Amino acid sequence: MSDAATSKAPPEEAPTENPPRPALYRSLWARYTSTSPIIVALYALTLGLVFGAIIIIVTTPAVLDAWREIFRHWDALPHALNVSFNNVGAAYRAIFTGSVIDPQGFWHSLTTGQNWPNTLTPLSETLTYATPLLIVSVGVGIAFQTGLFNIGANGQAVIGGVAGTVVGSMVRLPTFIHLPMALVGGILGGMLCAAVPGLLKAYTGAHEVIVTLMFNYVTYAFLLYAVLSTPFQQPGQQNDIGRTLYPSAILAPLFGTKSGLRVSYGVVVAGAVVLFAWWLLDRSSLGFDFRVTGANPSAARASGISAKSVIVIVFLISGGLAGLAGFVQVASTTHYIDGGFLIGNAGIGFTAITVALLGRNRPVGILWASLLFAALSVGGRNMQAATGIPLDLATVIQSAVVLFVATPILVKEIFHLRGTSQASTLKISTNVWGS
Amino acid sequence: MQLELRGITKRFGSLTANDHISLTVEPGQIHSLLGENGAGKSTLMNVLFGLLSPDEGEILIDGVVTPIHDSGDAVRRGIGMVHQHFMLVPVFTVTENVVLGFEPTKSLDRIDYKRATQEIRELSHRFKLDVDPEATLENLPVGIQQRVEIIKALSHDAELLILDEPTAVLTPQEIEALMEIMRSLAAAGKSILFITHKLKEVKEIADVITVIRLGKVVGTAEPTMSEGELASMMVGRSVNLTVEKTAYDPGETVLEIRDLVVRDDRGLVAVDGVSLDIRAGEVLAVAGVQGNGQTEFVEAIVGMRRVEAGTITLRGVDITNLTPREALDAGLGHIPEDRQRDGLVLSMSVADNLVLNTPRRAPFAKCGTRNFAAINANAERLVHDFDIRTTSIFAPVSSLSGGNQQKVIVARELSRPLEFLVASQPTRGLDVGSIEYVHRQIIEYRNRGNGSLIVTSELDEAYALGDRIAVMYEGKISGVVEPSISRESIGLLMAGSSMAAAGV
Repeated sequence: MSDAATSKAPPEEAPTENPPRPALYRSLWARYTSTSPIIVALYALTLGLVFGAIIIIVTTPAVLDAWREIFRHWDALPHALNVSFNNVGAAYRAIFTGSVIDPQGFWHSLTTGQNWPNTLTPLSETLTYATPLLIVSVGVGIAFQTGLFNIGANGQAVIGGVAGTVVGSMVRLPTFIHLPMALVGGILGGMLCAAVPGLLKAYTGAHEVIVTLMFNYVTYAFLLYAVLSTPFQQPGQQNDIGRTLYPSAILAPLFGTKSGLRVSYGVVVAGAVVLFAWWLLDRSSLGFDFRVTGANPSAARASGISAKSVIVIVFLISGGLAGLAGFVQVASTTHYIDGGFLIGNAGIGFTAITVALLGRNRPVGILWASLLFAALSVGGRNMQAATGIPLDLATVIQSAVVLFVATPILVKEIFHLRGTSQASTLKISTNVWGS
Repeated sequence: MQLELRGITKRFGSLTANDHISLTVEPGQIHSLLGENGAGKSTLMNVLFGLLSPDEGEILIDGVVTPIHDSGDAVRRGIGMVHQHFMLVPVFTVTENVVLGFEPTKSLDRIDYKRATQEIRELSHRFKLDVDPEATLENLPVGIQQRVEIIKALSHDAELLILDEPTAVLTPQEIEALMEIMRSLAAAGKSILFITHKLKEVKEIADVITVIRLGKVVGTAEPTMSEGELASMMVGRSVNLTVEKTAYDPGETVLEIRDLVVRDDRGLVAVDGVSLDIRAGEVLAVAGVQGNGQTEFVEAIVGMRRVEAGTITLRGVDITNLTPREALDAGLGHIPEDRQRDGLVLSMSVADNLVLNTPRRAPFAKCGTRNFAAINANAERLVHDFDIRTTSIFAPVSSLSGGNQQKVIVARELSRPLEFLVASQPTRGLDVGSIEYVHRQIIEYRNRGNGSLIVTSELDEAYALGDRIAVMYEGKISGVVEPSISRESIGLLMAGSSMAAAGV
């Protein structure tokens, strides 16, 4: 604790000894052993990678064979270690080069000025993947901070995607108005879908987890109906494919179509969302109401905050962001929706729950968490192609990281961290108003 | 079974919930543990039942020191507990509930319901409990559910039964029946430890009464003692705080309450036709044993509970059934009874808590955006003015001591423009220094010519603060008296006597 911070305390409650300003190494050490959320997250990532390495070792036949050798003769141990290290190294190298940058290609481009698009493709892919994930996760995080579980973000994203695509593919307008209209259409679609659980929760006490979870299925059914019925189905198609966006309603590539990089103006939208969420949660009186409600519903009520309106507003915001994410996904990648939109591994609305957890429901934390998750997913594909280790390992690492973040006590034990558990405890309020 | 507690001490951090408590329960005796809510009764029972381990002291059963490590231990030693909130499964039958956790089995691990049912019938008959073993629990009235708990304890051969506030949930008829059951259990040689804060019941049933207050045994009383004497023992007279007051010079009526009727969470009438006038420049203290409708009364005034009938008027404006927001905006200050639940957000900073109910008021916000310069300046000023001991205005309120947490609430409420102050148990659980500080703040507020209503279960506090004292009993005001009246008279009013009977 710095000296300035304690000056306010009266003598009898001040710490008995005032430690001198710590030397640089001591302050660095204090940093590494503190329990600040960032430090814990980094340690959790490390543990996740270690856990992934163990999985690689026990599932890759070549590595296992090398280990089996040591039962026959001891001196095979260095070889076994070497093989393990090589395999794990290759896998993680593939994840890194596939999601961030390939150092060799980067050096080549830097020295010769050639082949930049190829060099930047991994980064572009990661950003493309991260953009809608970030937007939907921020929405889920805002709900979490208010003590509300929006498990239906995926369905809201589906409806938002459909609504935005309807505006973007069935109406003709000039770009400067068409794209904003389509984005607003996505937001409204998500809001509409989230308003139902919000209103049910506020006015009847229906539990939002059940309602939002079940609503996902309703939205899938609606999606299939939409892409298979006349006005929205791609003209001349028999399959489950919707109409394609007009060029005036797409999020164009940031560096132009010729660059070949997919990263789009969606990142600008995502940046605006992070800024909005930061203002909402940290700066606005409305967000203060949200946080008070999330931390202590009784005190919120006594302080004149209406739980009903907070619930409805939070669901509208959370659903609106999910809907926006759904449309950004369409407008920055495929430009059309099919029956498999956001299903299975592509269900960013579900990934968003873990991303929000990892980012501690704070906009900036979620920004980093979604970049990490995007990098692992995108890099995982490259790993699968390069080493044959299945893509699912990326999911395993993602899950392990979240698991370790969610159990700070474990991480603290492993790394001998100190400090108040409060700073590191991942707290999701499960308060349910009244009911 | 003879049970003796010797010097039981249990601390939670800086709070001593039980402070060297000693008592002895003889076989066949109904021993009553009398004390207010928060006096430490439940803590003591949890220690006895092995749910908490004592920091000091020992438990003797039939003269032998017997440590009790967990509730299973307690059950094996013959101690049974009937919790205030029943530990039963609503959709199970009586039999299933009774055998739960200790199922008698026959071959192949099948539960022997036949035997269990038979046992329950016998117990039910022997102690006149009148319970049908095959009934489903949720279809039974509360009084019968409680008997299921008693049967459950008896089926484990309990020799000592702890009844934790058993009458709190019962109707008068059910209470009568419970008393009968307790007598028949005692007659059969079972010891009963009966925890309550209701004087009448204690007088009716107890053989011996131990009064505890603030975690300490205040004394042993005979059931022949008057209710007034018992009440003053319970509420105590040890703290003696006096506050400088200007002469009592009441002005016009500020808050007018007429025929107020309020129901509690269970839908029972908790406040039953209360009428009070509070004038400018006066503190009206509402005294009474906790649980006589004070909580509901205050919640109704500040808009947190629906008013069933009657009116509340603030300076001529009807404020009945406002929302909490409207009540705040009308200028009602509220120091809530449970400060950590209703008054503070523990994880948030001192600065945030100091604007908890005024986040949108100028200058704390502009166009929906919070103005941190103003919020922090406000916090610095209040921390200084109200002597809130904190390392920083950004420290979470949870890091403050109870007294300083309460100062945060007092500072917040008294620093905004108020028409009237309602304070509920404003000094509960505080150390003497903080009590004095909070008292001084309330009196200074009164000296500036404002009206306030202070609900307290501490008689000393009522005397120290009140210009007039209203005594509440079973949802009614049993009398409004001057603070010059004797403690014995107030004690009688608190026990439900009429003004005339109390000699006022």
